[in-house]
Amino acid sequence: MYSEILFAGFGGQGVILAGKILCIAAMNDGKNVSHIPSYGAEMRGGTANCSVVISDGLIASPVTPMYDIAVVMNTPSLLKFEKSVRPGGKLLINSSLIDVEPTRTDIEIIKIDANDISEKAGSHKAANMAMLGKLIAVEPELCSPQALYDALDTAISERNKKFNPVNIAVMKLGGGIDV
Amino acid sequence: MGKRVLLKGNEAAAEAALIAGCTHYFAYPITPQNEISAYMAKRMPKLNRTFLQAESEIAACNMVYGAAATGVRAMTSSSSPGIALKQEAFSYIAGAEVPAVVINMMRGGPGLGNIAGSQGDYNMCVRGGSNGDFHNLVYAPSTVQELADLTLKAFDVAEKYRILALILGDGYLAQMSEPCVLPEPSGERHEKPWALTGAEGRDAQVIKSLRLADGVLEVHNRHLEEKYKAVEAAEVMFENFMCDDADFILVAYGTASRVCKAAVMRLREKGVKAGVFRPITLWPYPYEALSAAAAGKKKVLTVEMSLGQMLLDVQLAVRGEVPVDFLGRPGGGVPMVDEVEERVLSYGR
Repeated sequence: MYSEILFAGFGGQGVILAGKILCIAAMNDGKNVSHIPSYGAEMRGGTANCSVVISDGLIASPVTPMYDIAVVMNTPSLLKFEKSVRPGGKLLINSSLIDVEPTRTDIEIIKIDANDISEKAGSHKAANMAMLGKLIAVEPELCSPQALYDALDTAISERNKKFNPVNIAVMKLGGGIDV
Repeated sequence: MGKRVLLKGNEAAAEAALIAGCTHYFAYPITPQNEISAYMAKRMPKLNRTFLQAESEIAACNMVYGAAATGVRAMTSSSSPGIALKQEAFSYIAGAEVPAVVINMMRGGPGLGNIAGSQGDYNMCVRGGSNGDFHNLVYAPSTVQELADLTLKAFDVAEKYRILALILGDGYLAQMSEPCVLPEPSGERHEKPWALTGAEGRDAQVIKSLRLADGVLEVHNRHLEEKYKAVEAAEVMFENFMCDDADFILVAYGTASRVCKAAVMRLREKGVKAGVFRPITLWPYPYEALSAAAAGKKKVLTVEMSLGQMLLDVQLAVRGEVPVDFLGRPGGGVPMVDEVEERVLSYGR
């Protein structure tokens, strides 16, 4: 397998972190991984994104013009990156915040009420975790659910580890697993 | 063996320098290498080592010169336009023969250019960049793991030859995170009878690059020449990736070489025999190994994230015996696997 994935949203939604969690999980499942944030002239309140590559073999380049999967968490990201999904690829949309309809018909559109799911589990901040849960539910070869939950141990800073039970609950709900 | 952890290139390089025993790090900020300085600023005071943010790039590099003259392991890091400014000190470090380590995470140029990864500094870093007859030892890592390993090695080799060892990475390698096993300390240390340690109990010593007396500089240049020959004989590094049975050889270093390897895997699936020759040291350049790898092949394709700078060294190695083609993207562009694959397919069987 060779999967190129984009996570995009606004600063503060945790898109860079979502990419890191996925990388750590896939790495611990024995995959090769790379993660690179957009580090252009971004401004506060602007968009943030990261590119993740997960592969059984060697990873050519951490940057790519086209993605197999795009996970978009706000409207500007949808408008910017809808065209960057390869034909036949998947576009995961945070339908809690995005009220614009995608125009592509040659890709699979997957909608998820990520913020609502996060709120339901008792957190205002875990929409990224819901997106991750959904991502591995629709693309199970990326990593196992358990690896994703375990990756939080490494990816989340000490002071925020207390939120991990909620993060895991949101991941599960996002993936359609009852908690 | 240590644990496999996900590390950003900049952080892996910084931690490897600490493992190597770097006690003095001098910084001046520039994207895309700022995480090196940030990491050092956080870690070095806790280790009771010296982190200092200088007033300019040239000051930071002259501080490396000064600190290294006392025998400590010292480093600075920057990115392309910042390296251009540091280079005055490179020449003094070479003339005075103090060991030093410098990291250049290349970005697009010329001038301030942009902050994307690039390979536009090959000419500046490998062939020259400052005055006088001298060389820096230049390592070109292509993965975060290799970046960590070569940063550690750079300290040992710099000390062994009293030379400046330069890590030539790029913004992508600097910013990307990959699995990495942090290297173990090598334990290698070289005696430094030349170091300025306070003249107690011995005669005073002088470290300088100015040699005005009649004929003295020429003798010194000859001594440096001998040293550079020893480095050329012992320190060349390269990777031969499926070149032996190949009809086509791709030559690339750093990030560009990763793209070439992926293209070679795809070409092989289609029955096209291609391989990648990857120089790991850019000076000394693996001329002989490349010449041998290219002998009898149908074509050599040089791939760079520039308009063609290493190309000249490839041509020197191949000496016109095999046609040499070039594919490059400047200004922060990375050649794509498809482009490289298509170019090789265009050569026919």
